[in-house]
Amino acid sequence: MSILVGKNTRLLVQGITGREGSFHTTQMVEYGTNVVAGVTPGKQGEQVAGVPVFDTVEAAVVETQANTSIIYVPARFAPDAIYEAVDSGIELVICITEGVPVNDMVPVYAYVKAKGARLIGPNCPGLITPGEAKVGIMPGFIHEPGNVGLVSRSGTLTYEVVDALTKAGLGQSSAVGIGGDPVIGTSFVDVLRLFQDDPDTEAIVMIGEIGGSDEEDAAAFISEYVTKPVAGFIAGQTAPPGKRMGHAGAIISGGSGTAADKVKALEAAGVRVAQSPSQVPALLKDAITAA
Amino acid sequence: MDVHEYQAAEILARYGVPVNPGRVAESPQEARSIAADFGGTVAVKAQVHTGGRGKAGGIKLAHTPDEAGDAATAILGMDINGHTVNRVLVAKGARIAHEFYLGVVLDRPNRQVLVMASAEGGVDIEEVARERPEKIVRRLGDPALGFHPYQAREVAFALGLPANRVNGFAAIAQQLFDAYIEEDATLVEVNPLILTEEGEWLALDSKMSFDDNALYRHADTEEMRDLAEENATELDARRSGISFVKLDGDIGCIVNGAGLAMATMDAVKLNGGEPANFLDVGGGASAAQVAKAFGLVTADPHVRAILINIFGGITRGDVVANGIREALAEVQVTVPIVVRLSGTNAEEGKQILAEAGLTAVDTMDQAAAEVVAAARRHAA
Repeated sequence: MSILVGKNTRLLVQGITGREGSFHTTQMVEYGTNVVAGVTPGKQGEQVAGVPVFDTVEAAVVETQANTSIIYVPARFAPDAIYEAVDSGIELVICITEGVPVNDMVPVYAYVKAKGARLIGPNCPGLITPGEAKVGIMPGFIHEPGNVGLVSRSGTLTYEVVDALTKAGLGQSSAVGIGGDPVIGTSFVDVLRLFQDDPDTEAIVMIGEIGGSDEEDAAAFISEYVTKPVAGFIAGQTAPPGKRMGHAGAIISGGSGTAADKVKALEAAGVRVAQSPSQVPALLKDAITAA
Repeated sequence: MDVHEYQAAEILARYGVPVNPGRVAESPQEARSIAADFGGTVAVKAQVHTGGRGKAGGIKLAHTPDEAGDAATAILGMDINGHTVNRVLVAKGARIAHEFYLGVVLDRPNRQVLVMASAEGGVDIEEVARERPEKIVRRLGDPALGFHPYQAREVAFALGLPANRVNGFAAIAQQLFDAYIEEDATLVEVNPLILTEEGEWLALDSKMSFDDNALYRHADTEEMRDLAEENATELDARRSGISFVKLDGDIGCIVNGAGLAMATMDAVKLNGGEPANFLDVGGGASAAQVAKAFGLVTADPHVRAILINIFGGITRGDVVANGIREALAEVQVTVPIVVRLSGTNAEEGKQILAEAGLTAVDTMDQAAAEVVAAARRHAA
């Protein structure tokens, strides 16, 4: 079935009246997501795609019992939006916004953790439990309900792999985009743990990229804790050192964070790593058969 | 965004860091007169956004003003790792008793800010980290609370500093931390931080990099941008919301999404080609964006074929196809183009491309193989 979002999700959209917010609210409602409220300060009483708009998250939560929030506000207001959601008792906050300064995210990360809430992103496509809830900007139609859990730092590359999985008959339990920034709320390890513990996830796909050491940490965690078959792909084999490749976190610095190191660590942990995204379904099937 | 050594020193001086006095020269005459003002020995240092200046001959000691002028003559115009030296820093000579390393960076695994120090200063700190990690002292700081005095003292004691040098060092560690936070830096580094024979602390070489996403609140930092140090095409792309990185190959790439753009480059390589660039056209992929992307890619004379890889999500395939068609009417493209279109409204998109004389393929692997073959044919 799923992790993090599903039939019990009561979604709140922060920045619902903006261009992105209103467009994606319509998309999410059409997918069947239970969107219960939106927030834009000063716009209380309006509606977007039939969803009531409130001035504050607190008022929206009192009125609608929202338990999950998705954020579409501009980068300079995103940290404030995360604090507002967490302080209003929201347990799961998804920040789509790209371009949030790292120094803003460091204290946000610590605060969210201390409050016992969970943040996904920023700079992420969100997450989806096919057939139940789409909480993000991904195209819903490429997904199929199933038993493969997918976690990724990327957006379109995730769609690429999901599409390949679906065409190969491998539906997904949930697909989580954790984001391409250097400081993100939820790591590979966090999501791998959820998939390992989810009875409806039978196999896992992990899509990483250059920069940082989260993939190496994931490899160590997989060796230790994950018994389900895992296949993966790491983008950026051809990326030059010292250059940011689009995502703020995708940079090889001081010789660390290379794709080669990540592939090596994952393979040592028993993960089948594809050379191309299209090979992922076949590798995953092999891993499932071997398990 | 990076700044020059002299600019980093200027910023750190505002936080109280004792930086070595120096002034910038753009000609040998200027260098000579600065050296004369200082008197005694000076260091003449190339100001470029790259490491390894010393090894490349970009840093020279001069004992007289004439020697300083000669050093500047040798260094100005020099090419260091592809960076042309347009100015030198003429800095007062110092008598070094001990060299240290002191830096502040983001600790990604811990999502905290890390202060790093080593008694092995003046050398490549990454090499020390790899080969003698025990020689590096680390402490995590909280941006909201600052780097506590006790933490700074712990670092000093761990470096083996004598009691009468601890407070001086600790103050500098706190100043670097404050500068890191308040200036939205991604790196603050003093290497070497020296203890002079006279017993004074002196920051001999300073380095700072900044978070591009935070520049909107640092107009003064933005003003320090040296356009000569930046790739003009990359800067031009950024202004249009396109991420572009120039590479050495001959296959131009236009892709939507950063992860997919990297995967596309990898696919080109896997099929025996070399990517000419990384290019993420952004979420929208409108006609204007695609036209801009064509312009960026075709400006590189080495490009022998172009691969467009679009996975239509929220961005519809037919919209992108129209963008490609309109862009081709605006921009003259003389090299072969291979398009891969998948996802939302891909079939409608392919129809539009077919009318424009372009054939779209279904998979990325197929597109990569075809573009490599097309580049070879085009070159032959």
